[in-house]
Amino acid sequence: MSLSFLTRTRGRGRFDLADWLTWAYLVLALLLMFGPVLWVALSSFKTEAALQEYPPTFLPLAPQTVMVEGYDEPLQLFRVTAGEHEGKVLAQIRRIGLMSQMVDPADPAQKFQVNINDRVPEREFALATENYSVLFDRFNFGLYFWNSVFITVVATIITVLFNSMAAFALSKYKFRGRTLVFVLIVATLMIPPTVNLVPIYLVVSQIGLVNSPWGVIWPAVATPTGVFLLRQYMLTIPDDLLDAARMDHASEWKVYWRIVLPLSAPALAVLVIFSVMWRWNEFLWPLIVLNRSEQFTLQLALNSFQGDLQTSWAPLLGMTVLTLLPITIVFAVLQKYITTGIAQSGVK
Amino acid sequence: MLATVKTAPSWLVSAAFGLFERPMLALQKMTGAQRIAWVFLLPNLVIFSLFTFLPIALNGVYATTGSDRILLGERPFVGLDNFSSLLACQNYLQPNSCERDIFWRAVHNTGYFVVVQVGLMVLFSLLTALILNRNIPLRGFFRGVFFYPVLLSPVVVALIWKWILQRFGVLNAGLEGLGMPTVNWLVEADWAFFWIVFVSIWAHMGFYTLILLAGLQAIPADVYEAAEMDGASRWRVFSRITMPLLVPTMVVVVVLSLIRAVQAFDEIFVLTGGGPGSATLLLLQYIYETGFAFRPQLFGVAAAASMLMAAVLLVLTLIQLRAARSRAEG
Amino acid sequence: MAIVELDKLVKDYGKVRAIHGVDLRIEDGEFCVFVGPSGCGKSTLLRMIAGLEEISGGELRIDGERVNEQRASERGLAMVFQTYALYPHMTVRQNLAFGLENIKTPKDEIARRVAEAARMLQIEAYLDRRPKQLSGGQRQRVAIGRAVVREPRVFLFDEPLSNLDAELRVTMRGEIAGLHHRLGNTMIYVTHDQVEAMTMADKIVVLRDGRIEQVGSPLDLYNEPRNSFVAGFIGSPRMNFVDAVVETVKERSVVARDASGALFEASVDSAGLEPGAAVSVGVRPEHVTFGSEGGKPATVQTIEQLGGNSYLHCVAEDGALLAAHLPGQTAIRRGDAVRVVFRPDFTHLFRRSDGVAQKRLVVGEAV
Repeated sequence: MSLSFLTRTRGRGRFDLADWLTWAYLVLALLLMFGPVLWVALSSFKTEAALQEYPPTFLPLAPQTVMVEGYDEPLQLFRVTAGEHEGKVLAQIRRIGLMSQMVDPADPAQKFQVNINDRVPEREFALATENYSVLFDRFNFGLYFWNSVFITVVATIITVLFNSMAAFALSKYKFRGRTLVFVLIVATLMIPPTVNLVPIYLVVSQIGLVNSPWGVIWPAVATPTGVFLLRQYMLTIPDDLLDAARMDHASEWKVYWRIVLPLSAPALAVLVIFSVMWRWNEFLWPLIVLNRSEQFTLQLALNSFQGDLQTSWAPLLGMTVLTLLPITIVFAVLQKYITTGIAQSGVK
Repeated sequence: MLATVKTAPSWLVSAAFGLFERPMLALQKMTGAQRIAWVFLLPNLVIFSLFTFLPIALNGVYATTGSDRILLGERPFVGLDNFSSLLACQNYLQPNSCERDIFWRAVHNTGYFVVVQVGLMVLFSLLTALILNRNIPLRGFFRGVFFYPVLLSPVVVALIWKWILQRFGVLNAGLEGLGMPTVNWLVEADWAFFWIVFVSIWAHMGFYTLILLAGLQAIPADVYEAAEMDGASRWRVFSRITMPLLVPTMVVVVVLSLIRAVQAFDEIFVLTGGGPGSATLLLLQYIYETGFAFRPQLFGVAAAASMLMAAVLLVLTLIQLRAARSRAEG
Repeated sequence: MAIVELDKLVKDYGKVRAIHGVDLRIEDGEFCVFVGPSGCGKSTLLRMIAGLEEISGGELRIDGERVNEQRASERGLAMVFQTYALYPHMTVRQNLAFGLENIKTPKDEIARRVAEAARMLQIEAYLDRRPKQLSGGQRQRVAIGRAVVREPRVFLFDEPLSNLDAELRVTMRGEIAGLHHRLGNTMIYVTHDQVEAMTMADKIVVLRDGRIEQVGSPLDLYNEPRNSFVAGFIGSPRMNFVDAVVETVKERSVVARDASGALFEASVDSAGLEPGAAVSVGVRPEHVTFGSEGGKPATVQTIEQLGGNSYLHCVAEDGALLAAHLPGQTAIRRGDAVRVVFRPDFTHLFRRSDGVAQKRLVVGEAV
């Protein structure tokens, strides 16, 4: 067994200062990039009580309780750290000021008085899955999730369809005005939608799409990025193929969906990934258009919960994790594909 | 991966596309084989006209009309009043001396944010790209590590950091464990500003790292080999070969990140809400609040502010196009 | 039955005219080859027949019916492309079936035709492979197969062999010729390679700059080129040309003298020629002999001894390059001084003003 691959460097075979610095940087980055997400994930399994603890424990631990004869409620267990009862594990009956009245679970008849500073809670590993179940029971998570999925899926399908049709027209036909249309579309890359919030809102409200998922979908589907990306790709498909299909009795529509679309699969996949990412993560525009909580996307729901003064972190953390989970899974599976796709197209 | 795309319920796809076969053929008979292109363009163009071209044209109308009504017919013409109220300032360096002091505070914050965030982010992205370009094991994995936050939604990013930075959060616990003073990070103005810069770098640097890495890998290996034969030191290789060849990519990265920084909103809005006070209020949040969140809704002021922002973006984009062209030529 | 008629066919790209009123009649079952240098318009002409390029003027008739306005698929033609244009995302079988499916041919009929074409072209073993998994020759067969299953009136070939290596090209040439014999369809074949044209065609159409230079059987074109362009284009190695001036006009021949003083006699009609007229003397390498007197003095520069044939390349004192083709083997060595003599019966004479040939008086390849 050799670990030499770990020390493989620029082929010189020795591990010099630059290599040490490189690895220090990478390990630090690993902690900094994944650490926060991991911390949130761990925290999301803690009970509300454990979340209130300071300093926090690393793993989700819950205070241990025990049923003691003669008491209806379970009592919390503490280890006494000082005083005459040092070392004993006792159950707390009640707290009176700075003193805690405790009982030995093994011998319920005997009661003790312990200073609250002289005891620490006994804890055990416990996953507070209720942080997740409560999302579905009380917080309508299913509805928000569905709203997000609906917008993401529908908008992506329409985006891919419309953009690929336009790209097909712009790359495979010669007609008057082709250059003009293309330049117009690409030029709007310069004017991001954030600049036109007010008039877009007017259009959306006049069509009656405020507080409708379609108010989020329609303004987003004609992406200039998508048209540009697909057109550039379709230009590389040989025209002979299209001519061959025409000789094979294919109508122009058939040429589009039987020949050009399947052959553009790599570019379509990139656009699908982009579109899913854009729509799933979109925030400002839904914030403007969707004002009723039953229309909220996950992002809006998250935002409105955290803005609530009574923020209860336990379900909020659970919701955060569930929101980042789909993207994380997609990324884990398609990591290489996504990174090369984005590096090549240079858009985001 | 592509195979899975293809094995998706293909009969369903076929049926869906097949549905258009007859109407499209009928249209083709009417238009001829070339002008059918317009039929393919039509859906995209309609959406584009409604939600892009028309709004671009209307933005100016809003900016020159007043009142809180959204319908254009109900809005009185006010000329350049919206602009002049935004620009009315005794001293542009002192937001308090301006008629719309919050706007100017947002402009100041945004300017400061853009300079610091872009500067630091490009620096770290470059450093990371250079490190990832070394012949290290698990390179793909580490590339993914830096890129992962890019995919996270801004709201999620903000909540993750809010959880860490809260008064009794893990960061303060750690500091206390080390015997250092704790800080209420998002409540103290300067720290809040530091964290919005930090978080936005954390969330976006992976993207720019990726582009720079692609730029680095486009430099042919034989150039480096030639330099090695010439006995060039590492520093000289970096300063005389890597950097000059990377300049076009750097320009693209800088301009792209500038464009995005000017429009920064999502993470910051959720993380700090622009606070404390208006210490982290940026331009787009001002536009959003003025036009939509606060009553009365000052659409005209919001549109005017948008147009000022658009002017800045337009300049930046033109620089980018020029840079992209020189990259393509170089 | 498929007779293809081109009647003053014109193609304009904006203000540029690519095809200048081409007239041509291709008989039923004929193998017609369009040949010419690149950019001569031969592919454009083929694509106009196919329906892939709009016809700007004139009329195209198939079996007497005007088809200018018909779509490509309605003309009953099939085309084999230079790049094969196989659908990369479909298997060979799907490639063959695609066109038939589009016209809603019954499934069993498709299967029958695909099987038949596959057997004919020996591609049965690859029917379920993708084009990417095939060699160049196999792809070529599939491309032809795709045309065959359609059972078209006319086959169109657009430089189908230009992407193959030399050996495969010879094989495929034979197969396409064999296909023509078997099916008996009208075929139109575009190539820039005059060897392909000579070996395969019933009728060759030589094109230059969007105009027909000459139409005829391969040997007609070889023996009786109408002008110096056709003479130079057809035949390999190329015809030797020497610029000269008419010296004397005889009853059954013309004598010309070049700048170096060498005399050439050509058995051609002298109509329109006066002594002093500027001409080009042309002779094919196999009609060159080496004599001890007369002709043009030259030095042998290279010799290609192929065993059965010998090719000699000589350079004259004035720098003119002259090629000779001798049957069998030769004792001549590199550097030898020779006198290159043109056999008068096979010497062509072209007016230098417009390149038009004088009519030859000895017909055909009489020895």
